Amino acid sequence: MAIIERSITTTEAFSVATPSTSLGALKRPVSSTGWKSWLFTVDHKKLGIMYSAAALFFFIVGGLEAVLIRLQLAAPNGKVLNADLYNQMFTMHATTMVFLFVMPMAAGLANYFIPLQIGARDVAFPRMNAFSFWAFLFGGIFLNLAWFLGGAADGGWFMYAPNSGPIFSPSHGIDFWALGLQITGIASLVGAVNLITTVLNMRAPGMSLMRMPIFTWMQLVVQFLLLFAVPVITVALFLLSFQRNFGATFFDVAAGADPLLWQHLFWIFGHPEVYILILPSFGIISEVLPVFSRKPLFGYPFVVFSGAAIGFVGWGVWAHHMFASGLGPVSVAVFSISTMAIAVPTGVKIVNWTMTIWGGKLQFTVAMKFAVGLIVLFTIGGLSGVTHSIAPSDTQQTDTYYIVAHFHYVLFGGAIFGLFSGFYYWWPKVFGKLLNEKLGTWNFWLMLIGMNMTFGPMHILGLQGQPRRMYQWTEARAGEGFFNLGFWNTFASIGSLVLTIGVLLFLINIVITARNGKVAPLDPWDARSLEWMTTNPPKEHNFDSIPTVSHLDEFFHRKYEEDANGQMVKVKSAEQVMKELEDNADAHIHMPSPSYWPIVIAAGLPVIAFGVIYSIPIAIFGGVIVLFGSYGWAIEPSTAPDDDFDPPVTTKDVVHVG
Amino acid sequence: MTADSHADSHGTAHTTTGLSNNKLGMWLFLGSECLLFGGLISTYMLYRGRVGEGPRPSQVFDIPFTSVSSFVLLMSSLTMVLAVSAAHKGDDRNTHLWVAITALLGATFVGGQVYEFTAFYNEGMGFTTSLFSSSFYVLTGFHGVHVTVGIIMLMSTVGILKRSKVPGSKAETVEMIGLYWHFVDVVWIIIFTLIYLIPA
Repeated sequence: MAIIERSITTTEAFSVATPSTSLGALKRPVSSTGWKSWLFTVDHKKLGIMYSAAALFFFIVGGLEAVLIRLQLAAPNGKVLNADLYNQMFTMHATTMVFLFVMPMAAGLANYFIPLQIGARDVAFPRMNAFSFWAFLFGGIFLNLAWFLGGAADGGWFMYAPNSGPIFSPSHGIDFWALGLQITGIASLVGAVNLITTVLNMRAPGMSLMRMPIFTWMQLVVQFLLLFAVPVITVALFLLSFQRNFGATFFDVAAGADPLLWQHLFWIFGHPEVYILILPSFGIISEVLPVFSRKPLFGYPFVVFSGAAIGFVGWGVWAHHMFASGLGPVSVAVFSISTMAIAVPTGVKIVNWTMTIWGGKLQFTVAMKFAVGLIVLFTIGGLSGVTHSIAPSDTQQTDTYYIVAHFHYVLFGGAIFGLFSGFYYWWPKVFGKLLNEKLGTWNFWLMLIGMNMTFGPMHILGLQGQPRRMYQWTEARAGEGFFNLGFWNTFASIGSLVLTIGVLLFLINIVITARNGKVAPLDPWDARSLEWMTTNPPKEHNFDSIPTVSHLDEFFHRKYEEDANGQMVKVKSAEQVMKELEDNADAHIHMPSPSYWPIVIAAGLPVIAFGVIYSIPIAIFGGVIVLFGSYGWAIEPSTAPDDDFDPPVTTKDVVHVG
Repeated sequence: MTADSHADSHGTAHTTTGLSNNKLGMWLFLGSECLLFGGLISTYMLYRGRVGEGPRPSQVFDIPFTSVSSFVLLMSSLTMVLAVSAAHKGDDRNTHLWVAITALLGATFVGGQVYEFTAFYNEGMGFTTSLFSSSFYVLTGFHGVHVTVGIIMLMSTVGILKRSKVPGSKAETVEMIGLYWHFVDVVWIIIFTLIYLIPA
């Protein structure tokens, strides 16, 4: 963003020089404050915050959609939504939560914390990082525009044929869906290339792969999954768009097509996607549990390698989503066994977390509560998941509420509880203030109770045969006694309101903390990893000097040493550790410069998508924007040359970043 | 992708793997592309026998013609290697020359594809004629678009190199486009074998 001139003698004397010209078509954006500093930024921390803020917005949207679904099912013959609107609601609820909340929220945390955790000053490709964010945001908005332009997608988030075809879904909803996901897919792919390169190439000296913080490790696995899974859904979405917009018949059974082609392509992407959603949260709680247990993570290599094993085996289980489609006995047997096998590395992780807290000096902060909540809820969801590997039983459960119960336990109880644990743990790092713990405790308990009230009864509903995506139920067919479907549907709907209040408390907590939250001390949790070895919030250049790493949990080992009895005792405060870094500070740090081009190129993508749906000339116009932006990008150096600064840089010992 | 140079004009920057960020990023991107073409090729293999009322593959394919245009594309990999080699020697004149020739050979291939598509269309094989025709056009079309993007990158590089304002190392920029170009060629060898040489 700027050269940070730093005098060695005093820690306060920073003067910021900004590059004023550009070799591109326009002068460089130079604002370091105000909205322009956010719009054109390439700073991984600002982008991480923007990613998370946008994801939180989509979480609220997806949550409201869920509440409408539960209101519709709260009473017999529900009248809140009509059947058509109900189809749109559950399709967009799932799409929003998966693609526009959990994935970008994890991407936001990855953006913010990977460079800090590996001791880097930014990601490998800062402008591509900005492009990823804007492409995700524009893609997400584009997806939701369908609500106002004739109706949203209504074929379920898996969009099986023939429901995805023009006969069963004549509105433009699925066109918006396919093209919108294409755009967010580009964002994920670019992000994956960027973050993998960052992790493999930009670690601080001494940080071998086995000294890497576990969150970064899990994110590395996730980014590899994205790298290889996204192109598969890209193919499927292209085929769908060609069918809907250009008259091809790839999934049209009447024209001789094989409807299983879509199912295979979708789930070859879709099952790795499940691990894309859960592994970041596994990483988060593997950071949180040791900190609040005052113990190192039990069996760090096992947690790392079981994460990698999940990443590999995750490619060999997709057809368990398709047991009911008649794959043949050999395929069913193979995928049953692989599905049982993938439970093993997951079980290894649960054992490791349990052993980490075993015998520890536990501090039940809100972050810790959510982390323990994840272990319990994910175990329940994981066990109901293993039941799907028994093909005869799965055939019975397919398309019932039992499946809905299962994936909400792993995704809400797993992925989302992990993200909330991360919010409470890292909030002081990002904003310099501690979230209110008392309100947070209420937030946790209401979410825990609400989630179990909502999704617990769905096991019963499903095993009793209530089908998914059913838009009304009637009293006459609800049954008797304990298994009365009406009672449990109403119960689940009440639970969803409890859940809503729980999430609402989190939003209130954010506002209260922003207004008059407690200012966080330098190291509020006595943490272990590198991201805490800088100020709260971190400086623009992250670290005054890049630390040399000699341990896993480097920050902990700088604070603690073994005494004569083999006990770890604190020998240095966080402030003292920071002081050592400051004393060796780099004199001039040359940060990547802001750029107009990422947002310009990203803005061209939805224009192209509009054109594909409505009129080809618009698409060509969008293409011109993308091409123009690409040229601007290509001829602009990512970091402004030294003589481009005002005042010009005269000294030789400049450290270049990005 | 080409311009986010870590090691800009200030010399080489240290990376953990020793591979530059640009090059590692390009390799990762190409890994992802394998799955893209994998999905398209699978679709084609599933549907290549489903011709409906339309022409069968053996009725429209002109194997000698496509063999010649495939040969032209493969030769462009050779000229790409010569361009990279010249760039590493700092020989600007030959770099520009070989890059331009590579782009020309690529354009010849794309021209041949356009001719071929037109001929197929005239023989009654439109995009929506059958599942075979749709999956054929999608697969070869995607490959053609990749070659076209490669040509645009090559031509732009010549233009930018001549203004000598390309950020980062020139040789690396040429080498990166080279990686992409070779990948697209290798994919064509697979596509050509599967579509044209192995009878459906």
